[in-house]
Amino acid sequence: MQTYTTKMKVKELRDKFPILSTCVYGKPLVYLDNAATSQRPAAVSSKWNELVNTRNANIHRAVHRLADEATREYEGARDTVKAFLNASSREEIVFTSGATASINLVAFSFGEAFVHEGDEIIVSVAEHHSNIVPWQMLCERKGASLKVLDVDENGVLQVEKLQELISQKTKIVAISHISNVLGLVNPVKEIVKICHDHGVPVLVDGAQGVVHEKVDVQDLDCDFYAFSGHKLYAATGTGVLYGKKKWLDAMPPYMGGGEMIGTVSFSGTTYAPLPQKFEAGTQNLNSTPTLVPAIAFVNEIRADEDLAAEQKSVLEYVLGALQENKLIHLYGVPRRTEEKAPVFSFTVKGAHHEDLALILDKMGIAVRSGQMCAEPLMDRMGVTGMLRASFAPYNTLEEAKYFIECLNKAIGMLI
Amino acid sequence: MTLDEKKQQVIEDFSSYDEWLDKYEYLIELGKGLDALPEEKKTEDRLIKGCQSRVWLDSELKDGKLFFSADSDAIITKGIISLLIGIYSGATPQEIAADDFGFVEEIGLRENLSPTRAGGLASMIQTIKEIAENAE
Repeated sequence: MQTYTTKMKVKELRDKFPILSTCVYGKPLVYLDNAATSQRPAAVSSKWNELVNTRNANIHRAVHRLADEATREYEGARDTVKAFLNASSREEIVFTSGATASINLVAFSFGEAFVHEGDEIIVSVAEHHSNIVPWQMLCERKGASLKVLDVDENGVLQVEKLQELISQKTKIVAISHISNVLGLVNPVKEIVKICHDHGVPVLVDGAQGVVHEKVDVQDLDCDFYAFSGHKLYAATGTGVLYGKKKWLDAMPPYMGGGEMIGTVSFSGTTYAPLPQKFEAGTQNLNSTPTLVPAIAFVNEIRADEDLAAEQKSVLEYVLGALQENKLIHLYGVPRRTEEKAPVFSFTVKGAHHEDLALILDKMGIAVRSGQMCAEPLMDRMGVTGMLRASFAPYNTLEEAKYFIECLNKAIGMLI
Repeated sequence: MTLDEKKQQVIEDFSSYDEWLDKYEYLIELGKGLDALPEEKKTEDRLIKGCQSRVWLDSELKDGKLFFSADSDAIITKGIISLLIGIYSGATPQEIAADDFGFVEEIGLRENLSPTRAGGLASMIQTIKEIAENAE
């Protein structure tokens, strides 16, 4: 039973997000597409405004006052991210435009340094295209090949098969912390241990993971961790690549340009030290610092037991309701509730995912339908697409109940 | 009924529902009522490109008039294509090629579809027009 205190806390939490009080088609917006992009609290948009209106200057270069303030904001965000991920040094935090850019950076630069003809790279079948295609491109470039780790019928990663996939030729394993379709938390620490026992580094696609799990990169011991700011309540076009210093040092730059250089002459150019070596060109200086209020928001809600309990009840309710309906096939069924993030993808017997999404939309509910940038997983599960409802901490139990009620209505209309 | 009369009928049917959910119900009924295309006709070349769900469109020229049949794996999409071919089946290629498909705007169909769906609708119209232009 929801206490008065929890109710007030949820209300306060929702009040931080102006967009949540809007209506669509005259109905209150129920935003359940958080895995695609989260909404942004007012603290994030006001940070952006503040920077644009009072501290806009290019960072690192000029000696003037505004440049100094802008640089502090930008580098302050690096300290915040370092602490948030518990990285051992700020040099290991590279700012990018998002998880996709972070993964592409590693696929290119790590690939240039360490991947050769005949080598192998391992990904899972449940990866987002962003954690498949950059590796395929690398394989094409180098004449390497991609090996795929499967999931079982429920979507659970078959970690026990990883051992046999790894060979002498394996150069890197790239795996999601939480699949954007299945919403299952992969045992990253265990995976890293297995790979490291074979001397193979691991990149973790944390686009969903960082949102739902507390991430400690030193504890996970992963070699790279990539995430996007926009799924974590920060501005779009922001992103992070965490990389162990030993790897980042050994990798050549991804892009050449301003800021990433030591000295430039036509007889040769030297590169800047980390992390600037990987931050060529003018950075997203108005947006990247919005990671600071976004992370403050995340830390605040994670520290609140009442809100955590509320999120748990939303997760358990939706998980139960979807599994109860015999027409619904849920993909990503956890062995234990703790292994499930509030990302629910499913199909409905006799009803097309797109029809369901369209009807739910008219009821004010935003969900995703289609392949969710994970075609190989759709093929693996033998479907052309799924419907996905993904929740954030600002989604209430009432919204969850309304969603299930509307889903049942929509199914009734279609079959 | 002439082409214009058929369009008028659809406009009237559509405007009799205030709520978009009811309009969807109407489209769903149309979709359910449309005969399925035989499996052997659900071929790549009959697929309309640009739709999120799969839509197949088949046509036949008989006595100078075009007759369409269609199918989709999504029922609202099937309702939409059913509505379109209900209007244009039996018209001459010249009539269809010269048509502006303005009634789609009039019933608010385009603006009430998501951009991906609206793109799909545009592709359906485009394909019907191309068939008409090539039939002459």
